[in-house]
Amino acid sequence: MSRPEHTAPPEIFYNEDEATKYTSNSRIISIQNEMAWRALELLALPEDEVAFVLDIGCGSGLSGEVLEEEGHVWVGMDISDSMLEVAKEREVDGDLFLQDIGQGVGFRAGTFDGAISISVIQWLCNADKTVNNPRSRLKRFFSTLYSSLARGARAVFQFYPENPEQIEMIISSAMKAGFTGGLVVDFPNSSKAKKYYLCLFAGYKDNAKDSPALPKALGEGDEGVQVNYASKRVHTRRKEPVDRKAVKDKKWVQHKKELNRARGKDTPLDSKYTARKRRTKF
Amino acid sequence: MRLITHNMLQCHVKACPPGQSYPLQIRNAELEALDAEFNADFVRRLIPKLDWKVLRSTAFELGVAQLPEECPAEPTEDDLQMIHKVALQTRVKEAEMVCSGCGHVYPIKDGVPNMLLQDHEI
Repeated sequence: MSRPEHTAPPEIFYNEDEATKYTSNSRIISIQNEMAWRALELLALPEDEVAFVLDIGCGSGLSGEVLEEEGHVWVGMDISDSMLEVAKEREVDGDLFLQDIGQGVGFRAGTFDGAISISVIQWLCNADKTVNNPRSRLKRFFSTLYSSLARGARAVFQFYPENPEQIEMIISSAMKAGFTGGLVVDFPNSSKAKKYYLCLFAGYKDNAKDSPALPKALGEGDEGVQVNYASKRVHTRRKEPVDRKAVKDKKWVQHKKELNRARGKDTPLDSKYTARKRRTKF
Repeated sequence: MRLITHNMLQCHVKACPPGQSYPLQIRNAELEALDAEFNADFVRRLIPKLDWKVLRSTAFELGVAQLPEECPAEPTEDDLQMIHKVALQTRVKEAEMVCSGCGHVYPIKDGVPNMLLQDHEI
């Protein structure tokens, strides 16, 4: 799997070329859209209520459009100018901010009813400048996010971890900031459909046991598409040999010979060897 | 940026003295009216979150509306409509936001505030 984090920092990687993919490439759009819906589902906002939601790394506003469809009011932030330019062209309803989330989320306490983020926080694990220490950036991000969320609000992050250490680093930073919750892995048995969602709950810092249970992942166990272990070939053996009669027996051969003779063809003479099997040795 | 978001926004420079990082003063503003769907429930739930004084002074300075001194305790439909108009249908298109605590200037270009900080401000 290619890792864009290794090529360039996000504000450079997501240039105009990359940004246009998010309006023209239907595959990217459908994947982003699907993940945004799933994130919104995991966010579990109260039904039939308009919420004030933060979209972290909103990019071209694909996830924002999902929020709009559900009628929510949203605010998005992204570090890439080109992506925000695309979002402006699409005339999204949300307020856009040019912001580096590693520098913190600057909102008053209790502002948002929820936060979603699609394919973003793995970027925080990369240090592209000497001043950028991933741990301190994660710490600053999660602690400022925690304070800007309302009590009982959730934050759902879909992300692509590079290795288990990254997951560990991200989750531990979030827990240190006061969040409860954990990782939901959808379709863990599929290499393609497997998706990581970090579900965080704000406001249970001092009473972690009141924290809601982690939502159930999709495609776990028997639900998902599974492939049986197929290294051995299965041989089905017949229990009893079936008694089959030979089609071309002595009677059939003699009948054929007779016909040929009647037609005046050259036909070998009949003998005791006619239509007899050869010895196996032969 | 709509005024609802401005009402929630504070300076996030690390060295900014606490208590002074809010509100950000809007200078040289160019405004734009938006069309947003009115949802009475949302506005009603928004009221306790809003800093009324800041909303009032911002709306006054920008010449959007003259809001009452105190936030209406039991808002009528008209009050909600008015808050909706000020907070959700007014957008700052071009401006500068200045933090009164540390003096950092956040420019707003084409409706998008630039919140990026310098390395020494983190």
